[in-house]
Amino acid sequence: MLRGNERRKQRRDEQYQAWLLCAPAVLVLILVTAYPILYAIWLSFFRYDLRFPDQRIFVGLDNYLSILTSEVWWQAMSNTLILTISSVALELILAFPLALIMYHTIFWRHAVRAATLLPYVITTVVAAFAWKFAFDPTTGFINALLGMEQAWLTQRWSSFLVIILTEIWKTTPFMALMLLAGLTLVPNELIQAARVDGANAWQRFIKITVPMMKPAILVAVLFRTLDAFRIFDTVFVLTSGAQDTETVSMIGYNTLIVSLNLGLGSAVSVLIFISIVVISVLFVKGFNITLSKRESGDQK
Amino acid sequence: MKKGLLESVFWAMSNVLVIAYAAIPMLWILSLSLKRGSDLNDQYFFPQTISLEHYRNVFSDTQFSSAILNSIGIASIATLFSVFLGMFAAYAIVRLEFPGRRLMLAGILTTAMFPPIAIIGPLFDMWRITGLYDTWLGLILPYMTFTLPLAIWILAAFFREIPWDLDKAARIDGATTLQSFIRVMVPLAAPGVFTAAILVFIFAWNDFLFAISLTSTDNARTVPAAIAFFTGSSRFELPIGSIAAASVVVTVPVMIVVLIFQQRIVAGLTSGAIKG
Repeated sequence: MLRGNERRKQRRDEQYQAWLLCAPAVLVLILVTAYPILYAIWLSFFRYDLRFPDQRIFVGLDNYLSILTSEVWWQAMSNTLILTISSVALELILAFPLALIMYHTIFWRHAVRAATLLPYVITTVVAAFAWKFAFDPTTGFINALLGMEQAWLTQRWSSFLVIILTEIWKTTPFMALMLLAGLTLVPNELIQAARVDGANAWQRFIKITVPMMKPAILVAVLFRTLDAFRIFDTVFVLTSGAQDTETVSMIGYNTLIVSLNLGLGSAVSVLIFISIVVISVLFVKGFNITLSKRESGDQK
Repeated sequence: MKKGLLESVFWAMSNVLVIAYAAIPMLWILSLSLKRGSDLNDQYFFPQTISLEHYRNVFSDTQFSSAILNSIGIASIATLFSVFLGMFAAYAIVRLEFPGRRLMLAGILTTAMFPPIAIIGPLFDMWRITGLYDTWLGLILPYMTFTLPLAIWILAAFFREIPWDLDKAARIDGATTLQSFIRVMVPLAAPGVFTAAILVFIFAWNDFLFAISLTSTDNARTVPAAIAFFTGSSRFELPIGSIAAASVVVTVPVMIVVLIFQQRIVAGLTSGAIKG
């Protein structure tokens, strides 16, 4: 009887301590993410312009209506989707050979991995300037190298090309590292057995390696898709949205911070937030990445 | 054996390719920063004459020196807080059973996918009212919040690998949860803590969106924001040399960290995916 009581007390103590340990983190998360997003939803129903802060009036869904009927928003949305899909797809294709190289390298392993990490950890603004200057028709070396006279950032499609290239250069290493983590989980005996059975390198890769790596691939693609959808820094530096390259995040920034239109801008923010939720749900449902599975896998 | 030689040559060549891929844009910005102002448009990849004039310009600019101080201070403090809070939460999640644990994990995952642009407006308004706009604290708070999920995730992954018997033994010997946490777990967890700190610092160091939205002067403007707003002799002309030199200056510390700690960084980045 006494033991039972003591155990129960110990358990309650443990719970209390757990909550105490989590409290500061939870408090910060509520204060700086949960509360602001609720505040954004609230503001999105008002006409609220910081240049005229006293004229705040409730307008219902008007802000959403004016965004969803504006051409600028849909243009930005399709730009964002073009950038997201093309950069994530190309990254995945490039990340496989990169991961394989990292996996098989014995001699220069450290040098290769450090080199691979560099683009990923470098400030996005710096990477974007490096490519901007490289493609610049008066300063850059790209035109001289290709023997072209192209003003890359003055046309829509060539601007997209430079933006996508910058994104790919910067984030393929992240994708490759994620794939490498999956690659190390493929049992070597399985590959050897297939080799003995006469499967060639391509067959071994498609039939054994890729299916075994599926969870790692999906996590990498999900992370990168959500990340690419928020693209801002690269476009800001390369074109500032000129040549019809504006993305949804840039629309949000321009409405909120440049025009100080908090009501309309908050509606843009909420729409971006909803898009992110939709993308996550599509991934989780479509590819069956369940969070509980992740968790139980983690606890092993 | 002949095939073995061919294979090694193939992998060696791919290594050279990978290193070139990573290094070329960095070498390019380095060589731009070392070109003379009059040579900037010569379209050569390497500088024909090396000059340090852009570095002298950048360092004599008070805006840039205060931006460096801001970057170092803000990123360090945000890292300290994020890792500290993350350590407590990760310990509770891995080690203790409590109702709300799953909710906590779900909340962390949700925040990890949260688009910063969605809260820029409300933060701008809140900071304007509370006086946090254009202050260090105004950037430290969002940085530590947005890196908390990453910190908790990495720390939890490392904490799971720790031999728990030591913790149990300490508790049997009469240590409280807090004592066993500080005396036994912290030293064992140090490598994980260090890894989390590196990645959190890099995030805060590189951020651009918060930095341009929540600051307006030298007071709290960090280096990425300062570089993007460098002004040249005319409004429409980018000060290429200064931007290149400043870029090299912000990149060097990150490069050194990566070269020394690349194994830890790789382990930290993949700690979530490897068990997916």
